[in-house]
Amino acid sequence: MKRSRLGKEIWPPLAVFVGFLFIWQAAVSLFATPDWMLPSPWQILREAMASFPRLWMNTESTLLITLAGFAVGAATGLVIACLLHLVPGMKIGVYPLLILSQNIPTVALAPLLVIWFGFGLLPKLILITLVCFFPVSVALLGGLTRTDAALMDYFRMSGASKWQIFFKLEFPHALPALFSGLKLSAAYSVMGAVVSEWMGAQKGIGVFMMNAKSTYRADRMFVAIFLVVFISMALFGLVSLLEKALVRPSAAREEPNS
Amino acid sequence: MTQELKKANYLELARLTLTFRDRGLEERVLDGISLHVAKGEFVSIIGPSGSGKSTLFHLIGGLLKPDSGRIVLDGAEITGQVGHISYMPQQPALLPWRTVRDNVILARELNGRMPKANIRPEAERLLERAGLAGYAGTYPHLLSGGMKQRVSFIRALLSPHELLALDEPFGSLDELTRLDMQRWLLDIWEEEKRTVLFITHSIDEALLLSDRIYVFSGKPTRVLKEIAVPFHRPRRGELALLPEFLALKQEIYCLMKAERETGKQNDAR
Repeated sequence: MKRSRLGKEIWPPLAVFVGFLFIWQAAVSLFATPDWMLPSPWQILREAMASFPRLWMNTESTLLITLAGFAVGAATGLVIACLLHLVPGMKIGVYPLLILSQNIPTVALAPLLVIWFGFGLLPKLILITLVCFFPVSVALLGGLTRTDAALMDYFRMSGASKWQIFFKLEFPHALPALFSGLKLSAAYSVMGAVVSEWMGAQKGIGVFMMNAKSTYRADRMFVAIFLVVFISMALFGLVSLLEKALVRPSAAREEPNS
Repeated sequence: MTQELKKANYLELARLTLTFRDRGLEERVLDGISLHVAKGEFVSIIGPSGSGKSTLFHLIGGLLKPDSGRIVLDGAEITGQVGHISYMPQQPALLPWRTVRDNVILARELNGRMPKANIRPEAERLLERAGLAGYAGTYPHLLSGGMKQRVSFIRALLSPHELLALDEPFGSLDELTRLDMQRWLLDIWEEEKRTVLFITHSIDEALLLSDRIYVFSGKPTRVLKEIAVPFHRPRRGELALLPEFLALKQEIYCLMKAERETGKQNDAR
């Protein structure tokens, strides 16, 4: 039953995607587009296999900073949301600044971070964290403030302390919201990692992309794009699995008192 | 001597007044409410909807402070203090991510440092008593409305506090389930003998369950009348057919009806 439901969710988009690849392949053959402009999916796959060892080395590096950045970013987002929720007055003062932080273009920030922190891991982590913390913070903060009124009333009437209310009611209640933020962050973290590699790195998918760009290798560019998409989806899927394991399906979908 | 101790007031509300103020608008909610509950007594409050009954519970629970008056529990003043009563709300208010077993120990968990393991046997006993033994490991969303309320009531019973404040616990149930639940509550209360303050808007429910009834007016709320319910216990559902029962029912009904008429006149003016 569970498996068939999962199948129902996966097959339709997969079929559409495969269909899209077919049309792409057919169009490229039909119109005889030059390779440097738009390579066919088949060529992209061939190129991916040909450059596999180099690709793997780069992917490994990107994966590593993605995961590290995502972990730091998600943790930062979680702490910020909890602080804003628990410290009185903090939310009003800091929340607008959080939104402001998202209006700074990462591409503009990246060179500055390099000037301040060099070419090491630190500026990359900072950049990914800046991209990742926001969805987690906003989603969790939203979840924390939307606690069911009847449950809150019960807790307060029963004499629960602020900490008991937070740990036994608000936080568990906000778990589904936290996970929707985490899923977004997981998907964004890969883009953050690639951008951070553009500003200077020895290896990584970002570096691979820059090389492909400077040599006009559209096929390699597409290989990199597919890789980024694939890693994003894999991370998204991992977080979804974690959510399934941690959040009761009933809690995610059903109103507490219906 | 013991008789006298038993009769001593466990909960006493003395001349409570409360006015809500919201942007210059003033609404007097409670107009000098005095009532008392003896230990082991089942006392009901009945009144028209919107008569500030739940507000009164928020005062006893310490979430609100009265403008004047005192709340004394077991000889100590608790006006404006939280954490002294056991509360059962109108909605079951169960945590959807906890099993029934983990939900019923919540009140105890919030009030003491006692390890969970020590409460478990008592919880299991009461769940079995409520016919919920097979549902201990189930999540609340799989239970019916009546079952959820039974879980909620057991949670209140497991609280370390003597006084149970029940705020229209059966108000959202259908009529048949409601009758079942009244029977069930009567049985379990006659065994456990806790002190109960019960809010309802059903006259039958109040007469069937209580030792005494306070009839409340509409806002600003006063106590219209205190009525002692003479029927001996254990009580049966057939009670509702006795002429004495019907006479009391009529008395309360007329009282509330007259109050409504004057309320309407006041509104019209």
